[in-house]
Amino acid sequence: MTIQVRRIVFLLAGAFLAALLVWGMGGLPHFGAYRGPYGDVLNAVSVPERHITDVVTAVNFDFRGFDTLGEEFIFFAAVLGVALILRAQPGEGPGHVEDYATGRAVPPTSDAVRVLGLGLTPPTVLFAIYVVAHGHLTPGGGFQGGVILATGVLLIYLAGEFDDLHGLYTEVTLERAEAIGAGAYAAIGTLGLLTGATFMANVLPLGKIGHVFSAGTVPLINLAVGLEIAAGLVLLLTTFLRQTLVLRPTASPGPLTKALGG
Amino acid sequence: MNFLPYLVAIWLFVVGLYGVVTSRNLFHQIISLSVVQASTYVLLLAIGYRTGGTAPVFAGIPVGRLAVDPVVQALSLTDVVVGATVTALLLAIAVQVHKRTGSLDPEDLRRRLGERDE
Amino acid sequence: MTVLQVVILVLVAGGGTAVVATRDPLRQAMMASFFGILLAILFFVLQAPDVALSEIVVGAVALPLMILLSLAKVRGGQR
Repeated sequence: MTIQVRRIVFLLAGAFLAALLVWGMGGLPHFGAYRGPYGDVLNAVSVPERHITDVVTAVNFDFRGFDTLGEEFIFFAAVLGVALILRAQPGEGPGHVEDYATGRAVPPTSDAVRVLGLGLTPPTVLFAIYVVAHGHLTPGGGFQGGVILATGVLLIYLAGEFDDLHGLYTEVTLERAEAIGAGAYAAIGTLGLLTGATFMANVLPLGKIGHVFSAGTVPLINLAVGLEIAAGLVLLLTTFLRQTLVLRPTASPGPLTKALGG
Repeated sequence: MNFLPYLVAIWLFVVGLYGVVTSRNLFHQIISLSVVQASTYVLLLAIGYRTGGTAPVFAGIPVGRLAVDPVVQALSLTDVVVGATVTALLLAIAVQVHKRTGSLDPEDLRRRLGERDE
Repeated sequence: MTVLQVVILVLVAGGGTAVVATRDPLRQAMMASFFGILLAILFFVLQAPDVALSEIVVGAVALPLMILLSLAKVRGGQR
Protein backbone atom coordinates (compact mmCIF):
# COMPACT_ATOMS: atom_id res chain seq x y z
CA MET A 1 0.00 0.00 0.00
CA THR A 2 1.17 3.52 -0.60
CA ILE A 3 2.51 5.62 2.18
CA GLN A 4 -0.57 7.83 2.39
CA VAL A 5 -2.84 4.83 2.85
CA ARG A 6 -0.49 3.45 5.45
CA ARG A 7 -0.53 6.74 7.31
CA ILE A 8 -4.33 6.78 7.48
CA VAL A 9 -4.49 3.15 8.56
CA PHE A 10 -1.94 3.85 11.27
CA LEU A 11 -3.77 6.92 12.54
CA LEU A 12 -6.92 4.85 13.00
CA ALA A 13 -5.10 1.92 14.54
CA GLY A 14 -2.96 4.20 16.66
CA ALA A 15 -5.98 6.01 18.03
CA PHE A 16 -7.58 2.68 18.88
CA LEU A 17 -4.36 1.49 20.55
CA ALA A 18 -4.05 4.71 22.53
CA ALA A 19 -7.67 4.46 23.69
CA LEU A 20 -7.12 0.86 24.78
CA LEU A 21 -3.96 1.80 26.67
CA VAL A 22 -5.62 4.75 28.39
CA TRP A 23 -8.47 2.50 29.49
CA GLY A 24 -5.92 -0.03 30.75
CA MET A 25 -3.82 2.57 32.59
CA GLY A 26 -6.95 3.71 34.39
CA GLY A 27 -6.67 0.60 36.52
CA LEU A 28 -3.22 1.49 37.78
CA PRO A 29 -2.83 3.22 41.14
CA HIS A 30 -2.51 7.00 41.02
CA PHE A 31 0.92 8.44 40.34
CA GLY A 32 2.75 8.47 43.66
CA ALA A 33 0.58 5.88 45.41
CA TYR A 34 2.93 2.94 45.02
CA ARG A 35 1.46 -0.04 46.84
CA GLY A 36 3.60 -3.04 45.97
CA PRO A 37 5.18 -5.01 48.80
CA TYR A 38 8.51 -5.95 47.26
CA GLY A 39 9.97 -2.45 47.11
CA ASP A 40 9.35 -1.91 50.80
CA VAL A 41 10.69 -5.33 51.73
CA LEU A 42 13.88 -4.77 49.74
CA ASN A 43 14.40 -1.29 51.14
CA ALA A 44 14.07 -2.58 54.68
CA VAL A 45 16.14 -5.72 54.24
CA SER A 46 19.01 -4.68 51.97
CA VAL A 47 21.16 -2.81 54.49
CA PRO A 48 20.91 -5.13 57.52
CA GLU A 49 21.08 -8.41 55.58
CA ARG A 50 23.49 -7.63 52.74
CA HIS A 51 25.32 -4.52 54.01
CA ILE A 52 24.63 -2.72 50.73
CA THR A 53 23.38 0.87 50.96
CA ASP A 54 22.52 1.30 47.28
CA VAL A 55 19.42 -0.88 47.02
CA VAL A 56 19.26 -0.65 43.21
CA THR A 57 22.72 -2.25 42.95
CA ALA A 58 21.64 -4.84 45.51
CA VAL A 59 18.66 -5.77 43.34
CA ASN A 60 20.77 -5.81 40.18
CA PHE A 61 23.74 -7.83 41.38
CA ASP A 62 22.64 -9.66 44.49
CA PHE A 63 18.95 -10.38 44.76
CA ARG A 64 18.42 -10.64 40.99
CA GLY A 65 22.00 -11.18 39.86
CA PHE A 66 21.02 -13.92 37.44
CA ASP A 67 18.91 -11.55 35.33
CA THR A 68 21.79 -9.09 35.07
CA LEU A 69 23.99 -11.93 33.84
CA GLY A 70 21.51 -12.41 31.00
CA GLU A 71 21.45 -8.68 30.22
CA GLU A 72 25.23 -8.60 30.14
CA PHE A 73 25.27 -11.39 27.60
CA ILE A 74 22.71 -9.52 25.46
CA PHE A 75 25.23 -6.68 25.43
CA PHE A 76 28.01 -9.09 24.56
CA ALA A 77 26.02 -10.56 21.68
CA ALA A 78 25.10 -7.13 20.32
CA VAL A 79 28.74 -5.99 20.28
CA LEU A 80 29.65 -9.29 18.62
CA GLY A 81 26.97 -8.64 16.02
CA VAL A 82 28.26 -5.17 15.23
CA ALA A 83 31.86 -6.37 14.96
CA LEU A 84 30.73 -9.11 12.57
CA ILE A 85 28.49 -6.93 10.42
CA LEU A 86 31.00 -4.11 10.03
CA ARG A 87 34.08 -6.22 9.40
CA ALA A 88 36.14 -5.63 6.26
CA GLN A 89 34.29 -7.25 3.39
CA PRO A 90 36.06 -8.84 0.39
CA GLY A 91 35.53 -5.71 -1.70
CA GLU A 92 37.03 -3.30 0.82
CA GLY A 93 40.41 -2.46 2.17
CA PRO A 94 42.06 0.04 4.44
CA GLY A 95 42.71 3.47 2.96
CA HIS A 96 44.20 6.50 4.60
CA VAL A 97 42.15 8.23 7.24
CA GLU A 98 40.17 10.92 5.51
CA ASP A 99 36.90 12.71 6.02
CA TYR A 100 34.69 10.46 3.93
CA ALA A 101 31.82 12.91 3.75
CA THR A 102 33.83 15.67 2.07
CA GLY A 103 36.81 13.75 0.67
CA ARG A 104 39.49 15.98 2.14
CA ALA A 105 42.08 14.95 4.70
CA VAL A 106 40.98 15.22 8.31
CA PRO A 107 41.95 18.70 9.51
CA PRO A 108 44.12 18.85 12.66
CA THR A 109 42.12 19.57 15.79
CA SER A 110 42.28 23.06 17.21
CA ASP A 111 44.28 23.82 20.31
CA ALA A 112 41.19 24.56 22.38
CA VAL A 113 39.82 21.08 21.78
CA ARG A 114 43.17 19.51 22.56
CA VAL A 115 43.56 21.35 25.84
CA LEU A 116 40.02 20.51 26.82
CA GLY A 117 40.54 16.84 25.98
CA LEU A 118 43.82 16.76 27.86
CA GLY A 119 42.25 18.39 30.88
CA LEU A 120 39.07 16.33 30.93
CA THR A 121 40.34 12.81 30.24
CA PRO A 122 42.07 12.02 33.58
CA PRO A 123 39.17 13.24 35.76
CA THR A 124 36.73 11.30 33.58
CA VAL A 125 38.69 8.06 33.87
CA LEU A 126 39.12 8.58 37.61
CA PHE A 127 35.45 9.33 38.03
CA ALA A 128 34.56 6.22 36.06
CA ILE A 129 36.69 4.01 38.32
CA TYR A 130 35.16 5.71 41.36
CA VAL A 131 31.64 5.05 40.12
CA VAL A 132 32.41 1.39 39.44
CA ALA A 133 34.14 0.83 42.79
CA HIS A 134 31.48 2.55 44.90
CA GLY A 135 28.53 1.00 43.14
CA HIS A 136 27.22 -0.70 46.24
CA LEU A 137 27.46 2.43 48.41
CA THR A 138 26.19 5.35 46.28
CA PRO A 139 24.39 5.55 42.93
CA GLY A 140 26.56 3.93 40.32
CA GLY A 141 27.84 0.50 39.52
CA GLY A 142 29.33 -1.47 36.69
CA PHE A 143 26.98 -0.30 33.92
CA GLN A 144 27.29 3.42 34.53
CA GLY A 145 31.01 3.38 35.29
CA GLY A 146 31.76 1.27 32.23
CA VAL A 147 29.99 3.72 29.93
CA ILE A 148 31.77 6.69 31.53
CA LEU A 149 35.10 4.94 31.04
CA ALA A 150 34.31 4.42 27.36
CA THR A 151 33.53 8.14 27.16
CA GLY A 152 36.98 8.89 28.57
CA VAL A 153 38.59 6.92 25.75
CA LEU A 154 36.33 8.72 23.28
CA LEU A 155 37.67 12.05 24.56
CA ILE A 156 41.13 10.97 23.46
CA TYR A 157 39.86 10.36 19.95
CA LEU A 158 38.03 13.71 19.88
CA ALA A 159 41.08 15.62 21.04
CA GLY A 160 43.45 13.87 18.65
CA GLU A 161 43.07 11.64 15.63
CA PHE A 162 41.97 8.11 14.99
CA ASP A 163 45.60 6.95 14.83
CA ASP A 164 46.12 8.06 18.41
CA LEU A 165 43.79 5.34 19.54
CA HIS A 166 46.01 2.67 18.00
CA GLY A 167 48.80 3.58 20.40
CA LEU A 168 46.43 3.02 23.27
CA TYR A 169 45.09 -0.46 22.61
CA THR A 170 44.73 -3.11 19.94
CA GLU A 171 41.42 -4.68 19.09
CA VAL A 172 42.61 -8.05 20.32
CA THR A 173 43.22 -6.56 23.77
CA LEU A 174 39.72 -5.12 23.80
CA GLU A 175 38.15 -8.40 22.80
CA ARG A 176 40.09 -10.25 25.48
CA ALA A 177 39.12 -7.66 28.11
CA GLU A 178 35.47 -7.93 27.18
CA ALA A 179 35.56 -11.71 27.26
CA ILE A 180 37.33 -11.70 30.63
CA GLY A 181 34.69 -9.36 32.02
CA ALA A 182 31.81 -11.46 30.81
CA GLY A 183 33.39 -14.73 31.90
CA ALA A 184 34.35 -13.38 35.31
CA TYR A 185 30.72 -12.63 36.10
CA ALA A 186 29.74 -16.22 35.39
CA ALA A 187 32.80 -17.50 37.25
CA ILE A 188 31.88 -15.49 40.36
CA GLY A 189 28.49 -17.12 40.11
CA THR A 190 30.07 -20.55 40.29
CA LEU A 191 31.84 -19.52 43.51
CA GLY A 192 28.53 -20.04 45.16
CA LEU A 193 28.29 -23.55 43.76
CA LEU A 194 31.77 -24.42 45.02
CA THR A 195 30.89 -23.56 48.60
CA GLY A 196 27.66 -25.52 48.63
CA ALA A 197 25.22 -22.61 48.21
CA THR A 198 23.18 -21.85 45.10
CA PHE A 199 24.56 -20.34 41.88
CA MET A 200 25.23 -16.59 42.19
CA ALA A 201 24.78 -16.64 45.98
CA ASN A 202 26.65 -13.96 47.89
CA VAL A 203 29.16 -16.16 49.71
CA LEU A 204 32.12 -13.86 50.42
CA PRO A 205 32.35 -12.09 53.83
CA LEU A 206 29.96 -9.16 54.02
CA GLY A 207 32.16 -6.67 55.87
CA LYS A 208 31.08 -3.40 57.49
CA ILE A 209 28.30 -1.22 56.11
CA GLY A 210 29.66 1.75 54.20
CA HIS A 211 33.12 0.43 53.49
CA VAL A 212 34.37 -0.08 49.97
CA PHE A 213 35.39 -3.67 50.67
CA SER A 214 32.02 -4.86 51.89
CA ALA A 215 28.98 -6.64 50.51
CA GLY A 216 30.71 -9.86 49.49
CA THR A 217 30.71 -10.60 45.78
CA VAL A 218 28.99 -7.38 44.67
CA PRO A 219 32.13 -5.18 44.26
CA LEU A 220 33.80 -7.99 42.29
CA ILE A 221 30.80 -8.34 40.02
CA ASN A 222 30.76 -4.55 39.59
CA LEU A 223 34.40 -4.64 38.47
CA ALA A 224 33.73 -7.45 36.00
CA VAL A 225 30.68 -5.72 34.53
CA GLY A 226 32.48 -2.37 34.35
CA LEU A 227 35.37 -3.96 32.49
CA GLU A 228 33.05 -5.69 30.05
CA ILE A 229 30.84 -2.68 29.33
CA ALA A 230 33.84 -0.35 28.91
CA ALA A 231 35.72 -2.73 26.61
CA GLY A 232 32.55 -3.54 24.66
CA LEU A 233 31.62 0.08 24.09
CA VAL A 234 35.15 1.06 23.07
CA LEU A 235 35.16 -1.88 20.66
CA LEU A 236 31.82 -0.69 19.28
CA LEU A 237 33.12 2.85 18.78
CA THR A 238 36.35 1.63 17.21
CA THR A 239 34.41 -0.56 14.79
CA PHE A 240 32.22 2.34 13.73
CA LEU A 241 35.21 4.68 13.47
CA ARG A 242 37.22 2.24 11.41
CA GLN A 243 34.25 1.61 9.15
CA THR A 244 33.74 5.33 8.57
CA LEU A 245 37.27 6.64 8.46
CA VAL A 246 39.46 3.84 7.17
CA LEU A 247 37.69 1.20 5.11
CA ARG A 248 37.25 2.08 1.45
CA PRO A 249 35.86 0.09 -1.47
CA THR A 250 38.70 -1.38 -3.51
CA ALA A 251 38.64 -1.72 -7.28
CA SER A 252 36.88 -5.10 -7.51
CA PRO A 253 33.61 -5.60 -5.57
CA GLY A 254 33.15 -8.87 -3.72
CA PRO A 255 30.91 -11.76 -4.79
CA LEU A 256 28.00 -10.82 -2.52
CA THR A 257 27.81 -7.29 -3.86
CA LYS A 258 27.76 -8.61 -7.40
CA ALA A 259 24.97 -11.07 -6.54
CA LEU A 260 22.80 -8.34 -5.07
CA GLY A 261 23.27 -6.21 -8.18
CA GLY A 262 25.16 -3.52 -6.30
CA MET B 1 -2.99 15.20 36.78
CA ASN B 2 -2.56 11.98 38.63
CA PHE B 3 -2.27 10.03 35.40
CA LEU B 4 -0.07 12.46 33.45
CA PRO B 5 3.07 10.24 33.45
CA TYR B 6 1.10 7.30 32.07
CA LEU B 7 -0.39 9.52 29.37
CA VAL B 8 3.08 10.78 28.46
CA ALA B 9 4.29 7.18 28.18
CA ILE B 10 1.38 6.25 25.91
CA TRP B 11 1.96 9.37 23.80
CA LEU B 12 5.65 8.62 23.38
CA PHE B 13 4.82 5.03 22.39
CA VAL B 14 2.29 6.00 19.75
CA VAL B 15 4.39 8.87 18.37
CA GLY B 16 7.48 6.67 18.10
CA LEU B 17 5.44 3.98 16.40
CA TYR B 18 4.12 6.56 13.93
CA GLY B 19 7.70 7.50 13.15
CA VAL B 20 8.62 3.87 12.51
CA VAL B 21 5.60 3.18 10.31
CA THR B 22 5.68 6.27 8.09
CA SER B 23 9.39 6.78 7.71
CA ARG B 24 11.33 7.16 4.47
CA ASN B 25 14.79 6.82 5.90
CA LEU B 26 16.26 3.88 7.81
CA PHE B 27 18.11 6.10 10.27
CA HIS B 28 14.95 8.03 11.06
CA GLN B 29 13.20 4.72 11.76
CA ILE B 30 15.93 3.57 14.12
CA ILE B 31 15.91 6.78 16.16
CA SER B 32 12.11 6.70 16.37
CA LEU B 33 12.46 3.18 17.76
CA SER B 34 14.60 4.58 20.56
CA VAL B 35 11.74 6.97 21.41
CA VAL B 36 9.46 3.93 21.80
CA GLN B 37 12.03 2.42 24.17
CA ALA B 38 12.08 5.64 26.19
CA SER B 39 8.33 5.37 26.73
CA THR B 40 8.82 2.09 28.61
CA TYR B 41 11.35 3.68 30.95
CA VAL B 42 8.96 6.53 31.75
CA LEU B 43 6.15 4.07 32.46
CA LEU B 44 8.25 1.85 34.73
CA LEU B 45 9.67 4.70 36.78
CA ALA B 46 6.28 6.37 37.10
CA ILE B 47 4.79 3.16 38.50
CA GLY B 48 7.51 2.91 41.11
CA TYR B 49 7.32 6.51 42.30
CA ARG B 50 6.02 7.34 45.75
CA THR B 51 5.07 10.85 46.81
CA GLY B 52 7.48 12.10 49.44
CA GLY B 53 9.85 9.24 48.80
CA THR B 54 13.54 9.68 48.27
CA ALA B 55 16.03 7.77 46.12
CA PRO B 56 16.53 4.17 47.36
CA VAL B 57 20.09 4.83 48.51
CA PHE B 58 20.57 4.66 52.26
CA ALA B 59 24.10 6.03 52.53
CA GLY B 60 23.81 8.63 55.26
CA ILE B 61 20.07 8.49 55.85
CA PRO B 62 18.31 6.14 58.26
CA VAL B 63 16.97 2.87 56.86
CA GLY B 64 13.37 3.54 57.83
CA ARG B 65 13.05 6.60 55.54
CA LEU B 66 10.34 6.37 52.90
CA ALA B 67 11.90 5.57 49.51
CA VAL B 68 10.70 4.82 45.99
CA ASP B 69 10.68 1.37 44.48
CA PRO B 70 14.17 0.05 43.62
CA VAL B 71 13.08 -2.90 41.49
CA VAL B 72 11.83 -0.86 38.49
CA GLN B 73 14.97 1.27 38.66
CA ALA B 74 17.10 -1.85 38.44
CA LEU B 75 15.12 -2.95 35.36
CA SER B 76 15.41 0.42 33.61
CA LEU B 77 19.08 0.81 34.43
CA THR B 78 20.34 -2.22 32.54
CA ASP B 79 17.79 -1.64 29.82
CA VAL B 80 19.16 1.81 28.97
CA VAL B 81 22.66 0.54 28.25
CA VAL B 82 21.62 -2.65 26.49
CA GLY B 83 18.99 -0.82 24.41
CA ALA B 84 21.58 1.60 23.11
CA THR B 85 23.81 -1.27 22.07
CA VAL B 86 20.99 -2.98 20.20
CA THR B 87 20.36 0.35 18.45
CA ALA B 88 24.01 0.30 17.43
CA LEU B 89 23.44 -3.14 15.95
CA LEU B 90 20.53 -1.79 13.90
CA LEU B 91 22.68 1.12 12.72
CA ALA B 92 25.37 -1.30 11.59
CA ILE B 93 22.80 -3.27 9.58
CA ALA B 94 21.54 -0.02 8.00
CA VAL B 95 25.09 0.98 7.01
CA GLN B 96 25.65 -2.39 5.34
CA VAL B 97 22.32 -2.20 3.53
CA HIS B 98 23.32 1.16 2.13
CA LYS B 99 26.67 -0.18 1.03
CA ARG B 100 25.07 -3.07 -0.83
CA THR B 101 22.14 -1.32 -2.46
CA GLY B 102 22.89 2.38 -2.33
CA SER B 103 19.50 3.26 -0.89
CA LEU B 104 18.20 4.04 2.59
CA ASP B 105 14.52 4.28 1.74
CA PRO B 106 12.45 1.37 3.14
CA GLU B 107 9.94 1.64 0.28
CA ASP B 108 12.68 1.50 -2.32
CA LEU B 109 14.38 -1.41 -0.57
CA ARG B 110 11.16 -3.35 -0.25
CA ARG B 111 10.48 -2.95 -3.94
CA ARG B 112 14.00 -3.76 -4.98
CA LEU B 113 14.57 -6.75 -2.76
CA GLY B 114 11.03 -7.98 -3.38
CA GLU B 115 11.62 -7.96 -7.12
CA ARG B 116 14.75 -10.01 -6.76
CA ASP B 117 12.88 -12.78 -4.94
CA GLU B 118 10.40 -13.28 -7.76
CA MET C 1 2.47 16.26 41.70
CA THR C 2 4.86 19.16 41.85
CA VAL C 3 5.12 21.82 39.18
CA LEU C 4 8.61 20.62 38.28
CA GLN C 5 7.33 17.13 37.50
CA VAL C 6 4.50 18.43 35.34
CA VAL C 7 6.82 20.74 33.40
CA ILE C 8 9.44 18.09 32.74
CA LEU C 9 6.84 15.50 31.70
CA VAL C 10 5.33 17.91 29.19
CA LEU C 11 8.83 18.73 27.90
CA VAL C 12 9.60 15.03 27.47
CA ALA C 13 6.39 14.50 25.49
CA GLY C 14 7.24 17.50 23.31
CA GLY C 15 10.81 16.32 22.89
CA GLY C 16 9.70 12.88 21.73
CA THR C 17 7.35 14.44 19.19
CA ALA C 18 10.16 16.68 17.95
CA VAL C 19 12.51 13.71 17.53
CA VAL C 20 10.00 11.93 15.31
CA ALA C 21 9.00 15.08 13.44
CA THR C 22 12.57 15.91 12.44
CA ARG C 23 13.04 14.07 9.20
CA ASP C 24 16.69 14.82 8.40
CA PRO C 25 18.78 12.23 10.29
CA LEU C 26 21.57 14.66 11.10
CA ARG C 27 19.26 17.10 12.86
CA GLN C 28 17.45 14.19 14.39
CA ALA C 29 20.68 12.98 16.00
CA MET C 30 21.08 16.35 17.72
CA MET C 31 17.45 16.29 18.75
CA ALA C 32 17.87 12.75 20.13
CA SER C 33 20.81 13.92 22.21
CA PHE C 34 18.69 16.72 23.67
CA PHE C 35 15.85 14.26 24.27
CA GLY C 36 18.28 12.08 26.19
CA ILE C 37 19.18 14.96 28.50
CA LEU C 38 15.47 15.72 29.06
CA LEU C 39 14.85 12.08 29.93
CA ALA C 40 17.76 12.13 32.36
CA ILE C 41 16.29 15.17 34.12
CA LEU C 42 12.93 13.38 34.29
CA PHE C 43 14.53 10.31 35.83
CA PHE C 44 16.29 12.54 38.34
CA VAL C 45 13.05 14.24 39.31
CA LEU C 46 11.46 10.80 39.77
CA GLN C 47 14.18 9.99 42.33
CA ALA C 48 16.12 7.53 40.16
CA PRO C 49 19.78 8.68 40.14
CA ASP C 50 21.21 5.40 38.81
CA VAL C 51 19.00 5.42 35.75
CA ALA C 52 19.67 9.12 35.18
CA LEU C 53 23.44 8.49 35.22
CA SER C 54 23.08 5.77 32.60
CA GLU C 55 20.77 7.81 30.43
CA ILE C 56 23.01 10.90 30.46
CA VAL C 57 26.08 9.06 29.29
CA VAL C 58 24.36 6.75 26.84
CA GLY C 59 21.68 8.99 25.40
CA ALA C 60 23.68 12.17 25.09
CA VAL C 61 27.10 10.85 24.13
CA ALA C 62 27.30 7.28 22.88
CA LEU C 63 24.12 7.08 20.82
CA PRO C 64 24.44 10.36 18.86
CA LEU C 65 28.07 9.53 18.17
CA MET C 66 27.16 6.23 16.56
CA ILE C 67 24.37 7.86 14.55
CA LEU C 68 26.75 10.56 13.32
CA LEU C 69 29.41 8.04 12.35
CA SER C 70 26.90 5.97 10.40
CA LEU C 71 25.63 9.12 8.69
CA ALA C 72 29.16 10.15 7.73
CA LYS C 73 29.73 6.71 6.24
CA VAL C 74 26.53 6.87 4.24
CA ARG C 75 26.94 10.48 3.06
CA GLY C 76 30.41 9.86 1.76
CA GLY C 77 29.15 7.03 -0.40
CA GLN C 78 26.54 9.26 -1.98
CA ARG C 79 29.10 11.59 -3.51
